[in-house]
Amino acid sequence: MGKLLRQSIMMLLLMTVITGVAYPLVATGLAQVIFPGQANGSLIVKDGKPIGSTLIGQSFTDARYFWGRPSATTPNPNNAASSSGSNTGPTNPALVDAVKQRIDALHAVDPTNNAPVPVDLVTASASGLDPEISPAAAQYQVARVAQARKLSASQVQALVSEYTSGRTLGILGEPRVNVLKLNLALDAPQHGS
Amino acid sequence: MTTNDFVQIGFFLVILLLLVKPLGGYMANVFSDTPNRVTRFGGGVERLIYRLCGIRQDEDMGWKRYALALLIFNILGLLVVYALQRLQQWLPLNPQHFPAVTPDSALNTAISFASNTNWQGYGGESTMSYLTQMLGLAVQNFLSAATGIAVLIAIIRGFSRRSAQGLGNFWVDMTRSTLYVLMPLSLLLTMLLVSQGVVQNFKSYVDVPVVQTTTVSEPVLDASGAAVKDKAGNPVMKPTDVSTQTLPMGPAASQIAIKQLGTNGGGFFNVNSAHPYENPTPFSNFLELLSILLIPAALCYTFGELVKDKRQGWALLAVMLVIFVPLLIACTSAEQAGNPAFNVLHVDQTASALQAGGNMEGKETRFGIVNSTLWATATTAASNGSVNAMHDSFTPLGGLIPMWLMQLGEVIFGGVGCGLYGMLAFAVVAVFIAGLMVGRTPEYLGKKIEAYEMKMASLAVLLPCALVVIGTAIAVTVPAGFAGVANPGAHGFSEMLYALSSASNNNGSAFGGLTVNTPFWNVLLGICMFLARFPLIIAMLAMGGALAAKRHVPNSAGTLPTHTPLFVTLLACVVIVIGALTFLPALALGPIAEYLMSVH
Repeated sequence: MGKLLRQSIMMLLLMTVITGVAYPLVATGLAQVIFPGQANGSLIVKDGKPIGSTLIGQSFTDARYFWGRPSATTPNPNNAASSSGSNTGPTNPALVDAVKQRIDALHAVDPTNNAPVPVDLVTASASGLDPEISPAAAQYQVARVAQARKLSASQVQALVSEYTSGRTLGILGEPRVNVLKLNLALDAPQHGS
Repeated sequence: MTTNDFVQIGFFLVILLLLVKPLGGYMANVFSDTPNRVTRFGGGVERLIYRLCGIRQDEDMGWKRYALALLIFNILGLLVVYALQRLQQWLPLNPQHFPAVTPDSALNTAISFASNTNWQGYGGESTMSYLTQMLGLAVQNFLSAATGIAVLIAIIRGFSRRSAQGLGNFWVDMTRSTLYVLMPLSLLLTMLLVSQGVVQNFKSYVDVPVVQTTTVSEPVLDASGAAVKDKAGNPVMKPTDVSTQTLPMGPAASQIAIKQLGTNGGGFFNVNSAHPYENPTPFSNFLELLSILLIPAALCYTFGELVKDKRQGWALLAVMLVIFVPLLIACTSAEQAGNPAFNVLHVDQTASALQAGGNMEGKETRFGIVNSTLWATATTAASNGSVNAMHDSFTPLGGLIPMWLMQLGEVIFGGVGCGLYGMLAFAVVAVFIAGLMVGRTPEYLGKKIEAYEMKMASLAVLLPCALVVIGTAIAVTVPAGFAGVANPGAHGFSEMLYALSSASNNNGSAFGGLTVNTPFWNVLLGICMFLARFPLIIAMLAMGGALAAKRHVPNSAGTLPTHTPLFVTLLACVVIVIGALTFLPALALGPIAEYLMSVH
């Protein structure tokens, strides 16, 4: 018993050094050398300062911007310091209410749009930080954004296509549009403000 | 289900099965009793570790000594994780200045990580310092996984050795699992994940200005931090501008790699692998998904090679697939069908070239439906418990599948090591039932199965079932239990049943709406996690010890072959019948009742 305890203490100490210290340090060292951009959060840098991350969604409520997935984080949506889904059950009346409110908000800024609303645009993402929407959800918003920015639909459409990614290798995942990158491109000087 | 759903499922299963033989064969070398290339390559480091610890590599431990070494080592690890959480505010590498974790939460988390469950009552990015994550949680990710593999290897020796006293050496099995299997795979996976955008640094969180300042209404707080209320008793709200976003950082990739490979599942961030910094792309998702089932599937081949009959390993893998694939397809169809409550709202849930469609509440756009259901079934079939979608928001039948996969005892792939030794317990029960049918003494792998082995196997099979049922009964009768429920009606019961199923089978996933960071839930689930892990290991080691001591019985005309489709079917039926008989009544009150209400 005493011998096993001594062996356990030494073994735990050595394994902590190997798996708890050496392993993450070696991994961090290699990551910082080989993939510094990715290892540090895929930040978008403007004038030397980070202005967001391509991987973390932000909130948009203005008609001039594409809106992302609804977010259930608290106290404010897209709070990256506290990721969270809604965890609302499928038969919970609160879920239907939330979806109704989101549809109303979309209709409020785009009253003439009678198309069915793509489901991902009115349901909360798992992380509350989803940076992307489906191409269908982007299409739903093209006319509204074009009108609000006094651009032609084809100009906006071209930008949407530019920021759309397909399935990896044509197989994995789903097609999607990065909302923050798209909105930053819309704000870029050549597209007016 | 769409064509692409089937393509993605097929692609995943083919790659997984292609890797079974190379990795399984490699692990057979790692754990073989005879020296070989693998053990010679790392022999220097290995011998240094043993010398520093005063361990004799050639000491052959009986099952009792093996179990005692394992228990002391694991409980010591548990205490260290507890201490790190309680002391983190005085320790370095705490850039966000997180305070000490509460005693009940710290105890729950310590048991959770030491038992390979990785149930998380807390949110990682708002609770744990980098030091706690690294020295406490990440270390246990390795060691609890290595412990599971060690126990499996010891039990396999019980079958392969003849008239022997010992089951091998715990220290050697545990060290080799860590150094030769888990560490190299984790380092490789870490680098692949970082290439996709998983963060790996020691920086403080980064504040960035947001593109559009939005306004939210927040309750007004008084000096003591309590909400100010108006005359009607409603909280006073004030509009607040949100003009910045705080991006979390940390050494996430290295921890995610081992949490996936070691079937641990404890996320670095609150939402686990749904977080874009934990799982940013479809390719990172594929790698993490593959890592969930990789070692448990490959160990089937290792088992076949070590008992010198590879067909036995393939047969057990076949049982797992026979149960896994239909349940996966059922879960995917349920989620792809969407939520009937949305149909009247003019919401488009149809899958097309432009969208995944289906029930997207609690799912990420890049994963859509099929990658969320593939993950949900894989993570609950294996006792991984990480999530990339919120199971609480799954449709009633879509959520029933992950819950039932856990209730089957985590033997469909299961945790690294523990899944396969759980399946071996079921195999012993299956040969016993077959023996009863034909009136012969049952045998498995050339060993006679007698009363003692049957008792131990039954204990291993029934203990988690009892914990789920009794635990749920306690939770629903105590106010502190249902106080945490988030959703009304049958779904609220499902949340509690899911939590108990998860803890009592060392899975760790959750219907996340349930508020579990309370003393009642932390203690109840802590007890379940502990009892599901260590007594079960002792029972299985006792069975292994008894088997090792037995003589080898040569096959005769009356021996039931255990590598045939007949036996595969029998074993699958035993697993399903025990799971269905035990849990159908409880499932009827939860997901099944909810399904019936949702279609009316």
